[in-house]
Amino acid sequence: MSTNQPAPSPTTLIRIAQLHKSYKLIDADGNTIENPVLQNINLIIEKGEFVAIMGHSGSGKSTLMNILGCLDTPTSGDYWLENQNVAMLSNDALARLRNRYIGFVFQGFNLLNRMTALDNVAVPLLYAGENRASSRQQAMEQLRRTGLEKFAMHHPNQLSGGQQQRVAISRALINQPPLILADEPTGNLDTQTSQEIMTLFEQLNREQGITIVLVTHENDIAAYARRLILIKDGSIVYDGDQALENVPDPVV
Amino acid sequence: MRALRMNRLRTGLTMLGMIIGVAAVVLMLSIGQGAQTKINQSIETMGSNLFIVLPGATSSGGLSFGSGSVKTLTVNDAMAIAELPAVNATGPVISGTAQLNFNAKNWSTSITGTTPDYFMVGNWTIEDGSIFSETDVRSAARVVVLGSITAENLFGTINPVGKTVRITNRPFLVVGVLAAKGQSLSGRDQDDNVFIPITTSERQITGNQFPGSIRYMLVQGKSAETMEEAEIEITQLLRQRHRISDGMENDFTVRNLTAIADVATDTAKILSIVLGAIASISLLVGGIGIMNIMLVSVTERTREIGIRMAIGANRNAILIQFLLEAIMICFMGGMIGVILGIGSAWIISQLIDMLVVITLSMVFLAFLFSSAVGIFFGFYPARKAASLKPVDALRYE
Repeated sequence: MSTNQPAPSPTTLIRIAQLHKSYKLIDADGNTIENPVLQNINLIIEKGEFVAIMGHSGSGKSTLMNILGCLDTPTSGDYWLENQNVAMLSNDALARLRNRYIGFVFQGFNLLNRMTALDNVAVPLLYAGENRASSRQQAMEQLRRTGLEKFAMHHPNQLSGGQQQRVAISRALINQPPLILADEPTGNLDTQTSQEIMTLFEQLNREQGITIVLVTHENDIAAYARRLILIKDGSIVYDGDQALENVPDPVV
Repeated sequence: MRALRMNRLRTGLTMLGMIIGVAAVVLMLSIGQGAQTKINQSIETMGSNLFIVLPGATSSGGLSFGSGSVKTLTVNDAMAIAELPAVNATGPVISGTAQLNFNAKNWSTSITGTTPDYFMVGNWTIEDGSIFSETDVRSAARVVVLGSITAENLFGTINPVGKTVRITNRPFLVVGVLAAKGQSLSGRDQDDNVFIPITTSERQITGNQFPGSIRYMLVQGKSAETMEEAEIEITQLLRQRHRISDGMENDFTVRNLTAIADVATDTAKILSIVLGAIASISLLVGGIGIMNIMLVSVTERTREIGIRMAIGANRNAILIQFLLEAIMICFMGGMIGVILGIGSAWIISQLIDMLVVITLSMVFLAFLFSSAVGIFFGFYPARKAASLKPVDALRYE
């Protein structure tokens, strides 16, 4: 743990300081070696930002995403989310944090196939301790806002990719989290649907002030974000605006 | 719960293990309980605080005869024993078989010559008419009390009381019919029997090689607490009356029937326990089946667990979800198993005329046990699911 805890700032959502992440591997000789994935990451994300994280596969961007999402913990360094030091929290506290503060949108949608769209959207409310009736009601309102109310009783396998992703976004929004983490959200979608989804993200960011952090390797998708972070070999090599001529190593 | 419905076949097969286990437990317990009840019923019909005193078990020149081989007990012995302080009453018996006739019907049955006290000692109740009296015994009257089976076979729907039957061609007045008792502990039908005064029997029906001797006698002690005392008194009195000097063996045998009944009850209890234990093994196997399938289910649904964790499920929520599924399988399996167990117990009781007894506590026990199996064998897979790391679970393909 570092000692230089910053003064709590009301506008800062995410603050990462000297973060390292490494995995232990066993080499051919049977020796345990540290495989560094992220090295000395320092990052501040303010509330209301729209950030795209780009990088080759294996660059460590997914690991960073997992740590941001409190799904994984750093090997060393600090991560404050809403001024809470994530490294200090128990598993159950992390679960609560994910439930209240973070909405996840995945490349593969990750809906629960056994449930209707409505129930999928309602699940985070149930885990937050809401009763079933009120959860369903709120989930229905959320689906209406996303224009999916007529698919409420459909199962995910009865929906198109774009519809599934909109259900997933509805689920991510249901607890009104300040942060949405989207890991290649358009990776499984065609161009037109991708644009629709990205427009939805842009809208959420602009109209509701929700902070969006997006991982992608497509430039035109990253272009929806206002801030670009490039990761290479576990380090941030670029962090700035979208003027692509400034980007040292364009990814596509 | 949804997961259970989606995998109907698998859930059904897993449940089958539970169903068979619970059904086996219920069936085995009901058979054991039935045996116990049957024995208890037999014991109740036998009369309480009972001794049977048999003549014989003498040895002559190194040759040992079995009980009853020598006619050493007499009616007078029985009368003397009846006067002992720890003894309530005695019922001396001489017995044989005889042919009975009523109109055109005939029936061959065993015939018991005894005294009125015998009916009290042997816990008989009279259905119709009355038993014969002491006067009948003294006068060797030709009166007869019929066992229910004999009465039915000889008279059918006619009321036998007041009618005359012929026993080995001598007319006897039927004075009473006994209530049915069922089988004795030894499996003999106690209701196929007729009773006449002991004097009548000796002189006119069964005859007697040694006049005054009897086949055996039933002795009823005053109370359950004084049974040992009674046994000592009977032994001492008989040794004295038979002039058996010290060091010589008894020429009679005193058996405590209550003690024999206790052994029978214990045996039935052990039978119950053994049957129950064997059935429990199948329940255990069913439980292992559940554990196995839950482990497969956890592995298969790793990604689902990851998603649930990402959207805010804590460890307890995951644990409870999987534990509930296991308990649900067990509970439903238990319910079907109980029904199946009761059903098959009923079928068995119909098919082979065996007494089966199903008690509420038995059903409750089977339920409790199956739920416990669910919790026990469901816990490990559920904990395995709950302890997955969210990032690993999400990455699982």
